[in-house]
Amino acid sequence: MEENWGSVLQPALVQHVKLTVIAVAIGFAIAFAAALLTHRYRRFEGPFASFSAIVYTIPSIALFQLLVPFTGLGVLTVEVALVGYTLLILFRNILAGLRSSPSEVLEAARGMGLTRRQTLTRVELPLALPAIVAGLRIATVSTIALATIAAVVIPEGLGRPIFVALRDYFKTEIIAAAVLAIVLALVADALLVLAERALTPWAARRGVA
Amino acid sequence: MSHVVWYLGTFGDALEFIVDRRALLLDKTWEHVLLSGAAMGVALAIAVPLGVVLGHVHRGSFVAINLANVGRALPSLAVIAIGLGFFGFGFTNVLVALVILAVPPILTNAYVAVNEVEREAVEAARGMGMTPWQIVRRVELPLALPLLFAGIRTAAVYVVATATIAAIAGGGGLGEILFNQASYRTQGLVGAAIVVSALAFAADAAFGLVQRALTPRGLRAEVPALEPDVMTGVR
Repeated sequence: MEENWGSVLQPALVQHVKLTVIAVAIGFAIAFAAALLTHRYRRFEGPFASFSAIVYTIPSIALFQLLVPFTGLGVLTVEVALVGYTLLILFRNILAGLRSSPSEVLEAARGMGLTRRQTLTRVELPLALPAIVAGLRIATVSTIALATIAAVVIPEGLGRPIFVALRDYFKTEIIAAAVLAIVLALVADALLVLAERALTPWAARRGVA
Repeated sequence: MSHVVWYLGTFGDALEFIVDRRALLLDKTWEHVLLSGAAMGVALAIAVPLGVVLGHVHRGSFVAINLANVGRALPSLAVIAIGLGFFGFGFTNVLVALVILAVPPILTNAYVAVNEVEREAVEAARGMGMTPWQIVRRVELPLALPLLFAGIRTAAVYVVATATIAAIAGGGGLGEILFNQASYRTQGLVGAAIVVSALAFAADAAFGLVQRALTPRGLRAEVPALEPDVMTGVR
């Protein structure tokens, strides 16, 4: 374990974090824009929901390999696939969050003379935060999981030592890399919970779990 | 443009692969169904009774909710890899890994579904003289069905998709084709991917039918299209 740390596991862990952060950030930007658009114009819901759902059903091992002819044997291929998998989760959660404002609250906002944009930024978005963070948590941990499978096409991330070790049936390294992947997912999840608490101080007072 | 043509060509080749190699595909699909079905069977047998009982007595929310959070954070490849260390290559390892991945969504949804049945309905049933078992069976379970099944369907799709990774650990199934692009070429990859996606849809639809059959007629109208379940985080 120790001799492998510097040469194998540590670089793999760093690559894994990078792959995940980039994918979730881009996925969030796309899903957020799509959810805002759908919130305003309902007719966009069908197309975007179906598109992201179809992408979501493609087995990851297949998608990584199928993108290679288009985007090459590199990080781009992996990122395109990872971003694709985040879309469904993020889109559904952001949209559900935006739609969760009670009608009385929206009435009150209108009564106070808030414009549509003001209602969005001051009422709907803050109320949507818990759902948005919940979506980010799922998207992040599932991206960490899928990024292990990315090692099918690029020699990066924590899946790499797992696949290499599987071929040689090298137990210690399999377990070390697998445990690291699990710890990474749990730590990322915990960090996002803390972020949510910091962003929604009013929720704590109500004692929401 | 040439990419588009390549893609369309590949799609045609994939359909050809599905037809030409149907014996192989049928074989691997059967393995896939057996593995996923066994995993779902064990997971349902563990998670549904446990979740329903915990929900009925309104206890154990900490365990039920946090188990789901931890469970869904587990990378499937990592779970299978660790299972290899304990059980070696083969069906058992993969089955255990899939059960570990399927239990959390089912358990949490079952718990939340029963826990959140309106107290008034339960009170009314008690007032009518129903025993606790009758309350579970005739009031709580029917009202909990939509959320309960949302969890089961999420788990089923997840298990079918994840069973592809089983191939690296000797679990068989359609993943064997996906991991062997060298022999089966791109058409095999696309062909097997189509079959896996179809299986995932079929699993979802099958449990949807079961849900419909179990739902009392009076409640059937309310089957929401986009009910955000617990796993997608909106509670």
